Order: sequence, then structure tokens, then C-alpha cells
Amino acid sequence: MARAVTTQRKALNTAVAWIIGLLIFFPILWTILTSFKTEADAIANPPVLFAFDWTLENYAEVMERSNYGRFLSNSIIIAGGSTILGIIIAVPAAWSMAFVPSKRTKDILLWMLSTKMLPAVGVLYPIYLLCIQLGVLDNRFALVVILMLINLPIIVWMLYTYFKEIPGEILEAARMDGASLKEEILYVLTPMAVPGIASTLLLNFILAWNEAFWTLNLTSVDAAPLTAFIASYSSPEGLFFAKLSAASTMAIAPILILGWFSQKQLVRGLTFGAVK
Amino acid sequence: MATQHSRSAARIMMAPAVFFLLVWMLVPLCMTLWFSVRDFRPLRGGDNGFVGLENFVRFVSSSAFWPAILTTLMIVGGVLLISIVFGVLLAILLDKPMWGQGIVRILVIAPFFVMPTVSALVWKNMFMDSVNGVFAHLWRFFGADPVVWLSEVPTFSIVMIVSWQWLPFATLILLTAIQSLDSEQLEAAEMDGASPLSRFFYITLPHLSRAITIVVLIQTIFLLAIFAEIFVTTGGAFGTRTLTYLIFQRVLESQNVGLGSAGGVYAIILANIVALFLMRIVGKNLDK
Amino acid sequence: MGRITLDKVRKAFGEVEVIPPLDLTIEDGEFVVFVGPSGCGKSTLLRLIAGLEDVTSGVISIDGADATMVPPAKRGLAMVFQSYALYPHMSVRKNIAFPMKMAGIPQDEQNRRIEAAAKALNLTDYLDRRPGQLSGGQRQRVAIGRAIVREPAAFLFDEPLSNLDAALRHGMRLEISELHKRLDTTMIYVTHDQVEAMTMADKIVVLQGGVIEQVGSPMELYRTPRNIFVAGFIGSPKMNLLTGEEAAKRGAHTVGIRPEHVTISTTDGAWKGTVGVAEHLGSDTFLHVHREGATDPMTVRVDGEFSAKHGDTVWLTAQEEQIHKFDADGLRIA
Repeated sequence: MARAVTTQRKALNTAVAWIIGLLIFFPILWTILTSFKTEADAIANPPVLFAFDWTLENYAEVMERSNYGRFLSNSIIIAGGSTILGIIIAVPAAWSMAFVPSKRTKDILLWMLSTKMLPAVGVLYPIYLLCIQLGVLDNRFALVVILMLINLPIIVWMLYTYFKEIPGEILEAARMDGASLKEEILYVLTPMAVPGIASTLLLNFILAWNEAFWTLNLTSVDAAPLTAFIASYSSPEGLFFAKLSAASTMAIAPILILGWFSQKQLVRGLTFGAVK
Repeated sequence: MATQHSRSAARIMMAPAVFFLLVWMLVPLCMTLWFSVRDFRPLRGGDNGFVGLENFVRFVSSSAFWPAILTTLMIVGGVLLISIVFGVLLAILLDKPMWGQGIVRILVIAPFFVMPTVSALVWKNMFMDSVNGVFAHLWRFFGADPVVWLSEVPTFSIVMIVSWQWLPFATLILLTAIQSLDSEQLEAAEMDGASPLSRFFYITLPHLSRAITIVVLIQTIFLLAIFAEIFVTTGGAFGTRTLTYLIFQRVLESQNVGLGSAGGVYAIILANIVALFLMRIVGKNLDK
Repeated sequence: MGRITLDKVRKAFGEVEVIPPLDLTIEDGEFVVFVGPSGCGKSTLLRLIAGLEDVTSGVISIDGADATMVPPAKRGLAMVFQSYALYPHMSVRKNIAFPMKMAGIPQDEQNRRIEAAAKALNLTDYLDRRPGQLSGGQRQRVAIGRAIVREPAAFLFDEPLSNLDAALRHGMRLEISELHKRLDTTMIYVTHDQVEAMTMADKIVVLQGGVIEQVGSPMELYRTPRNIFVAGFIGSPKMNLLTGEEAAKRGAHTVGIRPEHVTISTTDGAWKGTVGVAEHLGSDTFLHVHREGATDPMTVRVDGEFSAKHGDTVWLTAQEEQIHKFDADGLRIA
């Protein structure tokens, strides 16, 4: 029940919350602002928040120098490819677990989750070696597969929790109506689960986009996505604040926007439905 | 609850996912176990044969091992403490009526979507730089000497960076949990004469305990594996080498795969202990 | 045609036997109601007939042909689910068309059947709406429409009215009965509500714990319940069951007297008692009378105009010829 709250109380809440919110957001805001400054303004003492000469030259320079387009397209291909591949494999699996549960379903789900918890570093060398042997080190397709495998448990889990909310009776009705398994999934389940599938896509795209262990260790040039692009700024280019900011902004902007859309799903996906 | 036909269909549909994950888990795991009992150094003659448990003993007895464990615990513990305490407070604040709640929520959650490499770089250079960083300006403004963050208080600095990334996650989950608290419970407690503080300790906090446990477990798993933040900021110097980073160095930097694999086995065991608890909770949730 | 026979059909989930071997014949055109308390196996039995569950052993035949292993869609049966199970992303028209689309029926024939069903079910104005925009009763009709267009050998209803409010439930009960009369197709209807069973069925199957307690027409079950369970389950309000002295006097372990078979008097009778709660329905009043020396009150149906207040003293007399007698095992003594 909503209760009437005094205006002063609400104003106080608002003020405190906004101050904290802006403090937490400040590093991002500062990065975005700095990206529009000249290098001199960027290190000005005392720093200026808004009153500087706005410029786009940092973006132009970053684009020109480091072939941003290739990193960006690698990021899109790796994150997008692994997510789509994951969905294709996960939808049938989640269907099975949600609608034809058996005694082992729970064990299989938990086992899938446990593979997610295997520390990457523990299997770094084997994967590294396999990539060399198969000639797929610094290869986009290899990263698509690896990131798909890393996120597959989360995709299956998310779809599973969404599918479970669809009443089984509807699928049974389709079965009584003469739909085959394929028709049942294509005409009935998938259209009903569109919101769930969309948010699963979104969250996994974000996770894959930001993944920074395998993408750093298994790529060098050809397949390097934005995580590696930014890591290349660790030094000494990092001292050029404005360019660093421009590069950073370009790396995080797409995902920040997607992320804001998927906050709710994030809770569900990352807690495996344990908090709703 | 189904027919034979649908059960066999289900098995077939589940097969690809199970198969891929099984291969993904078993092949590297077996290889790691295999390497861990061999003297395997690609740059020094490759596989020099079976050495029993020597790698395991050497990994633990190396002078870097215990400091790495300590650093790992400090980082994981520090981030957990900060994100839970502030997460609970923030969640309670954000649950209160206010203007622009949606926007504040977006501001608070934003850091979670920032790529780890970006956040590490931005913090390292633009905030913690001892000459031009925002903190240096701030310190000088108050007449203090700027701190050289990453070499004077390196572990604390990394805890701060990582906390900034994970506080939003904790806040969001705790906020979701708070919103599921039946407000009638709180009103009943108020009618029973409970003060705001005792309402928090006797009703809100117990209600959050499950969400807190989940945050702790999930963050622990991710935090044990943090890599980019250290890779980009200190490169493991100044005592910021965690277990993960130590293994990474052994395997890729000094190319001692046998020794690194033994470390990997330790990391797997450690993660599995945490995972076991998480699975219990999630598993219980499945039964409902 | 729709004659369904169950021959020693048995269902077990792992170790738990929910339906012990059971025989039942449903004649073509019959309206059969499976009734029983929740968990009695009535829905499972329906799902076995539908083919949504495998039988553990036994044979189900439809019109003489063994259908035990036939998948649900091929059995020629249509089902109306408790939750209606409408496809929320399809319009009413598409919902109704779905089974025909799956069966590959030509478009113009589909349209003809949709129009006919919509007219019969008062859905013509709603064909382009989504299920979410319809009321409970309308959704129910769409579910029925989806079943009708298949022209099935038999309709299966799984507690179809339990999600409707009382007023609608009564209206839909009449509509379904009317539909049965018009189509003259076999219908199997599952419910836990004995009123639905009594008012709609040609034949009632009373189930408890997976076992058929009695099969018969509504009036047969009312007049000659085979055992105490059926006696207590059929009829509203419940039959009064007396044990001890009153039963022994009549040579039984338990005797049952329906509330409508007790006469009441303010002056004299067999049992003296005081009036407890009186439930006024208008036409009738149900009095709960506390007999002297008895623990449970006795329910008595009296005329709506009969005036009695809480605490009044009354005398009750049972109509001896209407008393049901049961032995120690709960079985009827003929």
C-alpha cells in the first residue's frame, strides 16, 4: 500500500538519492565529458566540468589511429554470434527442462550452472593450446564458440525460468490440436516467449561484449574486440586523457544503452531466478 | 508428467546443450589435470615427463603463493563488504518515494555495464593519477599531498575500482528483493510499536538474507576470477597478485604450464567450494 | 462416433499407483462426468484418454480401435482445459483455426466452420480480438469453439468452469448441456463439483483414490448410493450420517438420512433438539439442529417460510422408507 509521505520527506529522499546516484555515475560522466575536451583542457588544473571548448577531434583521431571499426565489428560479431548460437542451442534444451521435467532435470540444470563456475584461469592453457593446435588462435569463430559456451548455462537458465511461466496446458492444447513438436515450439512457445527470449539475448550480448579474460588472452590482431582495443591504451597512450576518454566512450556507449533496457532481466538472469 | 514420446523428444532436444557443455568442461579439465602432474615448459623442452605432485607442492611453497591468497581474500572480502553494506543502504534509499526514481536507478546501475578494461583504465588514469587525476586535484584543493594510489595503497585502489563495478549489481538485486517485501508486514510491525531501526533489523534484514547470500556467492565466483582490472592497472605488481593472476603469470608469462596447471587445480577446488553453497540455495529454489 | 472403452487401464508414477486397473465403457453420444474430491485421479484419467499421459498398462480403445499408443492429435478427441489454454498471441479467429491449420483443412472450409462456431457461441463480434481482451466466459467459449471445429469423436472437458464466477458458471453449464444435445457427440467432463455432475451428466463416474466407487445416472446415485462415500458426496447439503444406537436399531452400522427426508415439528417427533444456525436460501431453509445426546448437528431442509430462531426447541422425524443403511465396511445394505 502506498502511503502518503510528507513533501519534505520526499524532497530529502530525492536529494540524498540524486547526490549518491550522481557520485556513482560521475566516473562515466567525467569520461564522456573529457572525451570532448582538448588534451590541454583534459588535464587543466583546476578541472573544468562543462565550460571548455567542445571538440570532436579526439574521436576523429581515435578512429584514424586504431582502426576502431575493426574492433567494433569484432565485438559485434563475437558478442552477437555467441548469443545467437547460444539461443539456438538453448531453446530446445530449456523447452525440455521446463515442460518435460524428469527426476534428473534439476541435476542437469545445476550441473550446467557448475560449468559456469569453473575458473577460466584453471583451464587457460588447455584452451590456449587447443586453439593453437586447431589453428584458431586470434580467430573470431573460436571466440564465438568459447563465449557461447561460457554463457550457455545462463542462457539455458534464463529461458528455463521464462518458459516455466508459460502454462504447460497451452502446449498440451497445441498437441491436442495436432501440432507437431516443431510446430508447437515454432507457432506457440516461441511467440509467447518473445519478451523472455529478447531479454535473454540482450543480457548475454552485454556479458559477451564485456568479457575480458578470453578476449584478452586468445586474440592479438585479427579477432581483437573492444576489450583489447581499450587494453592497448593502458600505457603510455593512457596519459592522453581526452583520447582515452573518447575510446572508452566508444567502447561502452552501445552497451550502456542496452544495459539500461535490461536491468530487470539482469537480476533474473544472474541470480538464476533465485531473486525475482 | 508426459508421454514416452515427448520424453524421448526432450532427451534429443537437450542433447546438444549437454554435449557441448560436457566437452567444454571435461576436455580442458582433464588436460589441466594431466599438465599439473607433468613438468611441462613449452619454452624449455616442452613435456619433461611425469613429476607426481611436485607441481602442487611447489605452487604452494613458492614465496608468491601465500601473499597471492591473502591478496585474493582481501580483494574478495573488501569488495563484498563494501557492496553488501552500501548495497543494502542504497536499496533501502531507492525504495523510498522520491522524484526521478527511474533516473537515479539508471545512474546507479550504469557502472555494471562498463567493460572491466575501460573502468580499470579510467580509474587508473583519470582518477588515481597522482598528477592530473581527479583525486589529486581534490587532495590539492584541500591542501593535502596527492596519493600515488596504485603504488602506495594498491590493493585498496583495486578494491575501490572493483567495488564501483559491483555495487550496482548488489544494489539492483537487493532492491528487487526489498520490493518483494510485503509492505503490510512492515505496517503490522509499526502497529505493534516497532521503531524504524527494529523494523529494519527484525523484518527487512531477515527478508533480505536470502538475496544477500546469493549476492555474496555470485560475486565471490566472479571476484575470484577478476583479471582485467589487475592486468590493466598494476599488472600484478605492488602485491596485487591474486591467485588468478599468479596462475596467469605462471602459464603465459613464465610459460611453466605444469606449475600453472597445478595452481589452476587449486583455483578450481576453491571455486567449487563456493559453488557448492550457491547450488544448494539455487537448488532449493528449484523445488518450489 | 465416439465409443470409448478402458480395459484394465492402470497408471503409476514411478512407485505410486494413482489409478489401479480400471474398466469403463463410455457409449457414443453419452455425457459422462468424472467426479470426485481433488486428487482422486479424475484428471489423470481424462489425460490418459486424451493421450497426454501414457497408460502404465491396459488398453484404451476408441470406436473399437486400439488407441493406447496413438499420439493425442491422432485420437480424434478435442479437449477444453481448465485454464482454457488459449494462444495469447493469436486472435480468436486464429485460435479457432489452429487445429484446422494443423490438420491442413482448406481455407474456405476453415472459414465456414469458424463462422458457424462463432455464430453458435456468440463470438462473431470478437473474432479479431486477442484472448487477453475477452472476459472469462468469452474465453471459455473460444476454447469450446476451438474444440468444435475439429468435429471430434468426443469432447474432453477438464474442470472447464472452475475459473468462472458463480453466475457465469451456471450459464455456461446450460450452454454446454445445450451443445451436447445439439451435437449429440460424446462428452467426458471432469469436475469436483457434484452439482455440475448431477445437473449435466447422463452418467456419473464417482472416483476416489483412483478407484471407481460407482457408475450410474444422477438419480441412481442419489437414490441408491453404493457406499457411504458416494452417499456423502452426491447431494447437497450432505446426507446426515448417524452411527451407534440409531443405526443399530435399524440393523446397520451407519444410517444416512438426507436433509430433505426429515420432517420437522414444533410439537412432537422422534428426536428433540435445538435449532442452531439457519441458512436461508429463500425458497428453502437449511436448519442445523442439535439433537439431544448427539455431538454433530443434523441438517434439515424446511420450507423457506418456516420460521425458527436460534435456540428454539424442535422435534425431528426421519422418513423411514428413505433411510439408507450401510454395513461396517461402508457398503449399502440392500
